[in-house]
Amino acid sequence: MATAIEYFKLLPKTNCKDCGQPTCLAFAMLLANQKAKLEDCPHVSGEAVEAMKESSAPPVNTVKVGTGENAVAMGGENVLYRHERRFENPIAYAVSVSDSWDAPRIAEAVAKAKSLAFDRVGMVFRLDLVSVSNDSGESDEFLAAVDAVLADWDLPIMFEINDVGVAEAALSRHAALKPLVYAGETADVEAFAKLATKHGCPLGIRAKGVEAAADAAEIAAKAGCKDLVLDLGASNLKECLEWQTIARRAAINRKFRPLGHPLMNRVGCGEYAVATAVLSTLKYGSLVVFDGLEPYEALPLFTLRQNIYTDPQVPIQVKQDLYPIGDPGPHSPIMFTTNFSLTYFTVRADIEKSKIPVWLQIVNTEGLSVLTAYSAGKFEPERVAAAFEESGVLDKSDGPVVVPGLVARMSGKLSEEIGRDVVVGTNESKDIPKHLREITS
Amino acid sequence: MAEIPSVAEKYGSKVGEVPVGHGDYVAGGAGGMPFLSFENPSKRRPMIAGEVRDSLVGYPELAAGMFSGREKDPADWAMMWKEIGADMIFLRLTGTDPSVGTTTAEDAVRIVKEIDERTRLPIMVHGCGVQEIDHEILPRICSEVRDTRLIVSCVEEEDYKRLSAAAMAGGHHVLAFSNLDINLAKQMNILLSDFGVEKDNIFMDPLMAPLGMGLDYSYSVNERIRLSALRGDRMLQVPMVCHTGEAWDVADATSDEPGLGDPAHRVAWWEAITAICAMMSGADLLVMRGPSAADMVRVYAEELAGGS
Ligand code: B12
Ligand code: SF4
Repeated sequence: MATAIEYFKLLPKTNCKDCGQPTCLAFAMLLANQKAKLEDCPHVSGEAVEAMKESSAPPVNTVKVGTGENAVAMGGENVLYRHERRFENPIAYAVSVSDSWDAPRIAEAVAKAKSLAFDRVGMVFRLDLVSVSNDSGESDEFLAAVDAVLADWDLPIMFEINDVGVAEAALSRHAALKPLVYAGETADVEAFAKLATKHGCPLGIRAKGVEAAADAAEIAAKAGCKDLVLDLGASNLKECLEWQTIARRAAINRKFRPLGHPLMNRVGCGEYAVATAVLSTLKYGSLVVFDGLEPYEALPLFTLRQNIYTDPQVPIQVKQDLYPIGDPGPHSPIMFTTNFSLTYFTVRADIEKSKIPVWLQIVNTEGLSVLTAYSAGKFEPERVAAAFEESGVLDKSDGPVVVPGLVARMSGKLSEEIGRDVVVGTNESKDIPKHLREITS
Repeated sequence: MAEIPSVAEKYGSKVGEVPVGHGDYVAGGAGGMPFLSFENPSKRRPMIAGEVRDSLVGYPELAAGMFSGREKDPADWAMMWKEIGADMIFLRLTGTDPSVGTTTAEDAVRIVKEIDERTRLPIMVHGCGVQEIDHEILPRICSEVRDTRLIVSCVEEEDYKRLSAAAMAGGHHVLAFSNLDINLAKQMNILLSDFGVEKDNIFMDPLMAPLGMGLDYSYSVNERIRLSALRGDRMLQVPMVCHTGEAWDVADATSDEPGLGDPAHRVAWWEAITAICAMMSGADLLVMRGPSAADMVRVYAEELAGGS
């Protein structure tokens, strides 16, 4: 991102106010904060606008795979550490199927890929792509395998192809899906770059080490390819960490364009593959392609991605409101908790498990968990009572009012505030079903 | 081939190096961000401490089942950790709380000595969390165990004098706890220094929140702590300790909900990922619960450090 001073240098410095700002400097400050566009100044030259676009483009390109709302965006990063600013585009994960497999085996792998989807904190954590690998070396086999995948997979896809001829056949048929074409290390980069550019599809290339990758990226760029994803060809964790760190620092700190692309890893399956994916998720990867992924590996990995890519400044929150769960009536229990997403969705899921209808009151604690909010003075009995008042839940039900176990301390005061008895609930939400059965029987 | 601009940072400062136990194990010493050989000449990987308890009350059954019955005797349990490859033993004396167990002060001292004699590994001792009891038992251990340098866990802002004094008198180290906040972490180290604890005797625990339960905060707090230390903040230049065992408390890590796969494998990844995040954000010592997670993390850390 350019600074206010860099923008200021480009402006005519006449302070004519045509941009709506009192001075050119004031306008430059807005530009630096991305609150205005350079075009808003009618007096700035065309070349200056072009030059600025070039230098103010994010240091890492954004590449999109797939189309529509399911498209996966990669890259676009501006910072090295997430405390500086939220990371832009979450890393994507793919599993690969081989075109030497028969259709039932492919269907089974696709079904397994689809099953790697988990509802958590109001989002779906899922696998992003299926990759089709041209192990047969033949076009016909490849196209058949792609059809077998598409029969049941409507998220983005990618192709792993070494042979330009096969790639041409595949893109002629499927370019509209905007697949990522991943050419192996031995592939002819220039030919692949021309092909991908012609079909408007993103290209993945592999070269061993940062120098070789930068060279390959330059060749692809000369051939007109803008949407590039780089595989630095790391063969172990250390290379993965060091090379990806060098590439990303060179792009961001040194504005070194040839390495300013999303980074990817092609791994196998099992422990070491997952470890590589974990590292890549932390340090600058945008895509990891597996041979296979088990649910016990996928859930922790997807959770990690969500943790790393969440905005460090703003916890994910839900709205303060009354949430009826399972059609509650005039005697159903009333439970309450904070508006921190993680807390809300955990508690909600456990109430649902009990199959007992409940009125769940969410109290705005500015996105803090139960104890954090309580220690910060944002989950006081007064605040809870006010939320009850606002939703009118106490008139809707005369059922027991359940206090989260961790803040049992607030029971007396809350009972006084609302003029009703309260019951202390469990500390952990997983014990809610049992407790609910006890208090409703 | 293309020339890549140099990206090594010249930080100018490093984290202190602290010998523990009988002096043959050293923690800390990082001069750059973790495992980057182009800016961090230290090839040291983080130490791994295996958790041992004097009582199994409240300890997850799934974890207990991974120690082949040897978890029943603390010294034997510690030996098993050594066989797995741990560099240190973390002893949590939960049983000294009379509502949990029957461990007396004499028992506690004996357990520490036994672990030391059998494993010769450095030891970190943690109390039961009840202040009066910890104030009695931990100082006894500090004065009666003299030939190995312990890490006494842990001291907090409202309660650090008694334990720090006992640790100093016995020639041991203290672990300074703070709650997920760089300024609080620094404040603790200043308090301890002002109280007379040498910087070389302080470890800090900034509270590692596990995967899916606040790891996002911890990861960034740790990175900021480490960057500030490297950039010259002397009060943060002490080795960082992260506990990863809390990963076992996360519902998703151990639930037997169908479709999530084998809980034993899942919790191993849950803890291993928590530990990898801890070391990638600067941890110098990982306190771990599960043997398979500890094993994975040690192997990966060795490879990343590029030494052995
Ligand atoms: C991540 C975290 C933070 C994050 C904030 C995360 C967030 N959005 O809330 C940050 C870094 C900002 C933070 C800050 C602080 N934190 Co904090 N934090 C944590 C941590 C590590 C995890 C919290 C979490 O996400 N829990 C997960 C959610 C799902 O848990 P939960 O909301 O409690 O919900 C569970 C149960 O309560 C139950 N439940 C929930 N609702 C209901 C309702 C009913 C009816 C029932 C029956 C059950 C139930 O179900 C859920 C699952 O079991 C905990 C330690 C820990 N491991 O728990 C400390 C912790 C909560 N924090 C603590 C403190 C003191 C603070 C600070 C005051 C310290 C400081 N640094 O200044 C600040 C205050 C914040 C402020 N001033 O703005 C203390 C609280 C001490 C206490 N016992 O009161 C803790 C326990 C750490 C500790 N051991 O000292 N914290
Ligand atoms: S319109 Fe352009 S020249 Fe005029 S004040 Fe604004 S920035 Fe300056």
